[in-house]
Amino acid sequence: MKTAVIVFPGSNCDQDMYYAIKDGLGEEVDYVWHAETSLDGYDAIMIPGGFSYGDYLRSGAIARFAGIMPAVIKAAEQGKPVLGVCNGFQILLEAGLLPGAMLKNKHLKFICETVNLKVENNETQFTTLYDKDEVIRIPIAHGEGNYFCDDATLKELEENNRIVFTYSGENPNGSRADIAGIINPAGNVLGMMPHPERAADALLGSDDGLRLFQSILNHWRESTHAAYTS
Amino acid sequence: MPLTHLEPSPEQIEQDKVYRTMGLTEEEYQKVKELLGRKPNYTETGLFSVMWSEHCSYKTSKPVLKYFPTSGEHVLQGPGEGAGIVDIGDGQAVVFKIESHNHPSAIEPYQGAATGVGGIIRDVFSMGARPVALLDSLRFGDLDNSRVRYLFEEVVSGIAGYGNCIGIPTVGGELQFDNCYNGNPLVNAMCVGIMNHEDIQVGQARGIGNTVMYVGASTGRDGINGATFASEEISEKSDEKRSAVQVGDPFMEKLLVEACLELTKHEALVGIQDMGAAGLVSSASEMAAKAGVGIHMNLDLIPQRETEMTPYEMMLSESQERMLIVIKKGSEEEIKAIFARWGLHAVAVGEVIEEEVLRLEHKGTIVADVPSDSLASAPVRHMPSKVPASYLANQAAPNWLPEINNYEKTIKKLLGQPTLASKEWVTRQYDYMVQTNTVVAPGSDAAVVRVRGTKKGLAMTTDCNAKYLALDPNEGGKIAVAEAARNIVCSGGLPLAITDCLNFGSPENPEVFWQIDESVKGMAKACEELKTPVISGNVSLYNETDRGAIDPTPVVGMVGLVEDLDHVMTAPFKNEGDLVYVIGKANPEFGGSALQILIDGEVSGKAPVLDLELEKSRQAKVLEAIKLGYLASAHDVSEGGLAIAVAESVFGTEFGCDLQFDSDPAVELFSETQSRYLVTVPEASKSAFESLIDDAVLVGKVTRSETLNIDFASSTVTLNRPELENEWRGALSCIMSAKN
Repeated sequence: MKTAVIVFPGSNCDQDMYYAIKDGLGEEVDYVWHAETSLDGYDAIMIPGGFSYGDYLRSGAIARFAGIMPAVIKAAEQGKPVLGVCNGFQILLEAGLLPGAMLKNKHLKFICETVNLKVENNETQFTTLYDKDEVIRIPIAHGEGNYFCDDATLKELEENNRIVFTYSGENPNGSRADIAGIINPAGNVLGMMPHPERAADALLGSDDGLRLFQSILNHWRESTHAAYTS
Repeated sequence: MPLTHLEPSPEQIEQDKVYRTMGLTEEEYQKVKELLGRKPNYTETGLFSVMWSEHCSYKTSKPVLKYFPTSGEHVLQGPGEGAGIVDIGDGQAVVFKIESHNHPSAIEPYQGAATGVGGIIRDVFSMGARPVALLDSLRFGDLDNSRVRYLFEEVVSGIAGYGNCIGIPTVGGELQFDNCYNGNPLVNAMCVGIMNHEDIQVGQARGIGNTVMYVGASTGRDGINGATFASEEISEKSDEKRSAVQVGDPFMEKLLVEACLELTKHEALVGIQDMGAAGLVSSASEMAAKAGVGIHMNLDLIPQRETEMTPYEMMLSESQERMLIVIKKGSEEEIKAIFARWGLHAVAVGEVIEEEVLRLEHKGTIVADVPSDSLASAPVRHMPSKVPASYLANQAAPNWLPEINNYEKTIKKLLGQPTLASKEWVTRQYDYMVQTNTVVAPGSDAAVVRVRGTKKGLAMTTDCNAKYLALDPNEGGKIAVAEAARNIVCSGGLPLAITDCLNFGSPENPEVFWQIDESVKGMAKACEELKTPVISGNVSLYNETDRGAIDPTPVVGMVGLVEDLDHVMTAPFKNEGDLVYVIGKANPEFGGSALQILIDGEVSGKAPVLDLELEKSRQAKVLEAIKLGYLASAHDVSEGGLAIAVAESVFGTEFGCDLQFDSDPAVELFSETQSRYLVTVPEASKSAFESLIDDAVLVGKVTRSETLNIDFASSTVTLNRPELENEWRGALSCIMSAKN
C-alpha cells in the first residue's frame, strides 16, 4: 500500500503520520506537497494535523483551496481511503467531504491529553481491528475540536452509523453528541480530532492507534486481492 | 518621505543629551565619540544605544560570567553563538539555549511570551538544528492579585499559541509563585534541537564579496528599542512602551524553520543569524565582527511592511521571524528558490566588505558608518558590591524549627500551594506530544525526548529555587545546578551541560550586584564539580518594580543523555510490594523551605547546605542503579521535602505505602536537606541495590491501597491518596476558575 501524506504550509503532524505508516505499519509512504495536483498512484491519502496556513482565519478554511485539494476529492470519489486527523478533519469539513463544522473548545483553551475513545462503528475500513464499543486511549491536541452540526445532520449521522468514534467519559471539548470522528456515506473518508498517529508506539504511552492504520492496510489487501481474483 | 529630516543633528544630540533618553550614559556617549572620531548622528546613536544596552552587551555581567566553565570533552560550541552545542555520539549533537522575555511579558503578556518562544527557536535552528523540544520556566506573583492572574493566563496562552502552532512540543519547565514577582513576572523559554555534526552553522559573515541576504518576514515598526526597554526597571511608564513589544507569527516561523533547515544543507550558505534583540543591527554587526570583516547594506532593499521607515527604525526594529544570512556570491537565485517554495522573501541587501565597518546606505547617502566591532564592545562596567545586611542577619539567626500539630493537614495544605500543586492546568494547554518523540511527558522530574532512529533519549529540565538564593545566593546557586542534575539523573540521564538565564534586579544596587556575583560563583562551582559546563545563556537584569527587586533567580536549563531508552525512569511507584528506600539523611534544614513559607509567609535563616562531593557521588550511584535495572521508580526530594516526594509518587497510580521511621517526623517529612532521593526497588533486586548504595535506608513498602501510612516512634501519619490528589490536582484550576 502506498500512502500520501499531504503537506500544507503549517502542517506539523505530517512527520508523525509519515513515521506511523513507515515505522508503525511498515508500508511505503511519501510526503505530497500542497501545490501538487495529482494523487494518482497512491492507495491511501492522509491529511495530517497542524495549523495549515496558520489557521488565522478559520481552521482549514484556506487549505481547502490548495492545489492538491481537487486531487483529494477525486481520490475520495474513487473510493480510496482518505483520513483527516485534527486539522486534517477540519480541512475535510471545509472541503465539504464531511458535514458539520468546528467550534472553539468549550473552555476556550487548547487541550492536549490522552483521552478515552469509544469505537462506535467497527465495520468501517478504518476500524475493523477494533471491537465494537471498545475503549481505546488516543491523544487529542486541539483548540477547535468542538464538533457541531444541525439536528438533521446529527440524525443522519446517527441513523447511518456514521459516527465512528465518541469521547468516552468526560467530553473534553464540548462536541455535539460526544463526536470525535465521523465518516462519509461511502465509508472511505474518515475525519477525527484525536491523533491515532500519536498512539502508534507503546514507548510513547499507547499503541491503540496503530490498529486504525492496520485496518486500512487489511482492507486494501483484501480489496486488491479481490480485484486480482475477480 | 521618511521623517529623517526631523531627527536631531549630531550637534543637537550632544547639546540636548538626546543620547540619554536613548539609554546611553554620559561616559558611553563620550566613548562612542572617541571610537568614531566624530559625533554620531541619530541613526548611529540608536545603533550604539541598543547594542550597548545590558540586554545585548552584557556589559555589567561580563566580569561575572567569566566564572563559568564553558568547555568540556563533549562541548562542540560554547557561549557566543546563537546556542551551545554538545556531542551526543554517532555524529549527532544536541543544541540548546534559554532566554528571558520578562520585560515584554510584564507589559503585553501574550505576545511577550509568544515572541520569547519564537526567539529562542530561531537561536536553535540558526545553528542548523531541528528544534525538538521547548521548556518554559515561569515565575509569577501572588495569584490573589487579579493582574497577576491575567499575566499568568496570558503568558501560558502565548506560549501555547506559538509552540502548538509551530509544532514543537513543550515538554517541561517549571512554575512558581511568589510576591516578589508581582509586577515583574519571569518568562524564560528554552529550546532544544538535534543536528548532525556536519550541519553546524555559525553566525559569521566570512568571504569578502559574499552576499548578505535578508530572509523571512518584513520589517515593521514593532519592537523598536526593545533591548533598551529590557534594560530598565519596570515602572508605571512601562505601559507606554507597549510598542516596544513585538508581535509573533508562529506560522511564518514554521515556514522559516523549514526553509532555513533546507538552506543549511546548501553548500552556498556561509553564515546565518537570527535577527533577535536589536534586530538588523545586532545580526549584521555581530556577523561582521566575529569574522573580522565589514558589511555594506542598502536599506532601500530591506523588505518593509510599513511606509516611510527611517534607517533608525529599520535598524532597531524587532519585528519577528527574520534571519540574516551570508551566502557565496553568485548563488542568490538558488537561495531565493528555496525560500520562494515556502512563500518567503530572500532579498540580497548587502555584501561583505574588507573594511571592518558596518556601512548603511539609504536613498543614496551613507546614513551610518561605524567600526563593526565597536558595536559589540560596550565598555564593561565594574559595579560595586555590598553584602546585604539581611544576609548577615539570616546567617546569624538561630536555626528555624517548625511546630506542627497536624501533619495530615500540613501535607494537604502544602500540596495545595500553587508552587507545589499539579501544573496540569498549564501543561494540558501545551502540545507536548507533537513530533511523537515525547517518552516522558511534563510532570516528572525531567522530560525525556527520544532521538528518532536511535536507542537514545534526551532528558531535559529547568530548575531554580529562588528562595534558597534569597537567603544565600552562593549556596542557592550551587543547589540550582545540583537539583537540575538530580532531576536528569532520576530520569535515567547523564547530565551533559547547562544553559542559564540569570534573572536579577538592578545591578546598580550594590546588594543586588553582590547577589549576582555570589550566585554565579556558586553555580560555577557546581558546574565544575558536576562536569556540566555552561554552553549558552542569557542575562536579564533590572527585574524590579517600585516595590523592589525580585529574588535572585538564576534559572538552570539542563540537558542529559539517556544512553538507552530502556533506562528511562520516572517518579510514580510501579508495583505493589516494591521496597521503598530513602537515600540521604534529613537534617533540620528549613531555611527557604516550602514549610517555612507556609507557616511564616516568608523565608529566614540559612539555606540548606550542599555538599558537592556527596552530591556527585550519589548522582553517579543512583544513575548506576537505574542503568543496572535495580529501580522501579526514582524521585528527588526537593521543595516540600519527603512528604511531597512520597505524595507525588503515588498520584496517578493505584498505590499507597507503609513507611516506618525512627526519626523526628517534622524533620523527616519536611526538611529540604539536599542530595536526597526516594526510590523503589523490586524485592528481587534488594541485595544488589543495597550493596551498590550502602547508605540507602529501607523505610517500607508500596501497597495497593488508597492509604499512605507513615509511622514514627511518637506518632503515625495517615493520609488518603484520593483526598490528597484532589487537593493537588485541583488547586491551580480552582484558583484560576474561581477568580476570573
